[in-house]
Amino acid sequence: MDTPQYNTDIVRSFILWSVIWGLVAVLVGVIVSVQMTNPELNFPPYFTFGRLRPIHTNAGIYGWAVGVIFATFYYIVQRLCKIRIWSDKLATFQLWFFNATIIAAAVSLLLGYTTSKEYHELEWPVDIMVVVLWVAFSINIIMTIIKRKEEQMYISLWYMMAAIIGVAILYLVNAAAIPVSLFKSYSLYAGTNDANVQWWFGHNAVAMVLTAPPLAMFYYFLPKSTGVPIYSHKISIISFWSLIFMYLWTGAHHLLWTPVPDWIQTLAMAFSLMLIAPSWGSVINGYLSMKGQWHQMRDNYLVKFLIIGITFYGLQTLQGPMQAIRSFSAFIHYTDWVPAHIHMGTMGWVSMIAFASIYFLVPRIYNKELYSVPLANLHFWLILTGQLIWSISLWIAGVLQAGMWNAINPDGSLTYTFMETMVEMYPYWWARTIGGVIFLTGVLVFIYNLVKTIRSGEKLAPSAVTAEGRA
Amino acid sequence: MWEKRPVLFLILATVVIMIGTTITMIVPFLSVNTEADRIDSVKPYTPLQQEGRDIYIREGCNNCHTQTVRPLVSEVLRYGEYSKSGEFVYDRPFLWGSKRTGPDLARLGGKYPDAWHYKHMAAPRTMIPGSNMPDYGWLSDNPLDPQMVQRKMEILDFPYNADQISALIDKNEMDAIVAYLQKLGSDIPWRKAAETTIVGEITNPYAGASHADMEGWEKIYKSNCSACHGEHHEGDIGPELIGVNYEDDELFQIIFNGISDGGMPAFGSLGTDKVWKITNFLKYYNEEEGHKE
Repeated sequence: MDTPQYNTDIVRSFILWSVIWGLVAVLVGVIVSVQMTNPELNFPPYFTFGRLRPIHTNAGIYGWAVGVIFATFYYIVQRLCKIRIWSDKLATFQLWFFNATIIAAAVSLLLGYTTSKEYHELEWPVDIMVVVLWVAFSINIIMTIIKRKEEQMYISLWYMMAAIIGVAILYLVNAAAIPVSLFKSYSLYAGTNDANVQWWFGHNAVAMVLTAPPLAMFYYFLPKSTGVPIYSHKISIISFWSLIFMYLWTGAHHLLWTPVPDWIQTLAMAFSLMLIAPSWGSVINGYLSMKGQWHQMRDNYLVKFLIIGITFYGLQTLQGPMQAIRSFSAFIHYTDWVPAHIHMGTMGWVSMIAFASIYFLVPRIYNKELYSVPLANLHFWLILTGQLIWSISLWIAGVLQAGMWNAINPDGSLTYTFMETMVEMYPYWWARTIGGVIFLTGVLVFIYNLVKTIRSGEKLAPSAVTAEGRA
Repeated sequence: MWEKRPVLFLILATVVIMIGTTITMIVPFLSVNTEADRIDSVKPYTPLQQEGRDIYIREGCNNCHTQTVRPLVSEVLRYGEYSKSGEFVYDRPFLWGSKRTGPDLARLGGKYPDAWHYKHMAAPRTMIPGSNMPDYGWLSDNPLDPQMVQRKMEILDFPYNADQISALIDKNEMDAIVAYLQKLGSDIPWRKAAETTIVGEITNPYAGASHADMEGWEKIYKSNCSACHGEHHEGDIGPELIGVNYEDDELFQIIFNGISDGGMPAFGSLGTDKVWKITNFLKYYNEEEGHKE
């Protein structure tokens, strides 16, 4: 399979760097989580919660998720197109420019250069770097696809191309700003318009970075790991087109009950509910592809990561639409429930699929046996347990706080002051930190396993190479 | 067919993505922030306020505080009048936020006197026990850059005069952020409108309460009043309260509605029962001697 004309060096490098940025993201996550319970651990001006939290989210999204996207897409696109990537030089430039961008992002956020827009905090010079990065990546992927030697484009390629266009449109529109200095700009849009544009971006960044690309990975690595094809091509087609059609209408479900016009909110709510169908299309397609193969959940650790990952995607895409309903949003929005929801997606879905993809790739590109399958299993259980503790504790916290915020006495007055509700959160925030530390331990086990594989792993037996995914 | 033609695929995908985008993101520009949304009393930020807003952004305050009150009963009771689109026309970027680790700040302006903010920003837990907000006292050490602020005002096209700019020399970042916080949500006269006019006779339900009864009410005073009026009513940001000589109903109304010009918040959302308890505790409870005459 690993015919010499494929560029595996670039895949290798992106894997290593994405894992490093992933570790940073989780580490900073644990730090800000401790700052929530122990405010004395804020060290101004640089190391305060307000400045570190965007570093956690940006490292997670742009360093870890996007890094894994670069790595896996370069691997997948070459195989599905049966051709080497269009330009090695452009890819190498992209690798170093990627790291330069992430470092510029981290330093500038630490210095307080931020637009304040969630998941788009980077100020305009770093924004330009992100755009250059994405253009370089897009050209390489699209040109490779155009020059492909395999006529039919597989499902993964659809999701990749949609993500490439989607991110480009979203990022450019939301980045529009008037610079004041090198480190400060003002949004081109004001007030309610700015809010509407930002959450059109914010929610669809989830679609185009944290949904479509992991689906591209899932559709490629699941059949590769199990050895059986995807159950239904038709379901893939329907869920793909309806997913990318419906997602773009839903941004305003982040803005229910705000001054954004009601009709936009209502459309967002309706389309969010409709999104259950295409989301579950992929989930069910994944499950049905396991027909007769469920024993692999026990035998093949890759399948375990992938199937639990798609299961969390399924849960995420049920909980999300539920939160997008006006009445439920009125109750739960702004509480700790919301970060719990996000982390089920990032830790349970995106990271599970990313870990599976890397476990699949590393033995193949290094041509070595994975150092330890038991350690991979330990990694699986640590990140699963960590994520569940994280999310469940904050779901409880969210419902508790929402209930207290809304509690009204018989005379029409509020039962609790804000502070009375906030101090109730401390035990749950502690539980969340414990969940985060367990997840971090899992990531460290993963890294140890990777390093051991690369440094001292045994050469992959030739027979295992042909039986893809059975390693 | 599209599965075999990448260029066609890219065009189709772009079109599909642009449908929802056009309707829910582009079309709203025709109606939002237009004349229909305008509120005459809403004014642009002054140089000091705008600089404060940029410090608020720099420090990532929006990670823990929202700035939009939803039209929900508990929310209007807790924070005040719900937010209107026209109140945000000068906000670049918007700062509505997505998480309330701390309370919403959309109606914070005018709720407390400046002195409260200076003290609270420097050491939040001395004012609000249990708070997890970081200390921001260090902002007082940072001077402002008048030239930069002027440039910002030009770019934002906000009115300003030379005096406002030169006055910035003597100000620091703490002054700026407090000025910003005091502006939040105060451009519409909602606070007066929200005051409760109590009709009919107001009678003290706890008249003649015993010293033992009132002992338990001290914690209501401690968690709502002592940050400004002192642990022993000696006064600090707010006036001394030893020997208050208002009538019961007057005192009750002051606590219930606050003093909007004097910077005292309204405590009506605590409910009449707690407000009466504070009233009686203030007027009739004496730490050393027990029951006051």
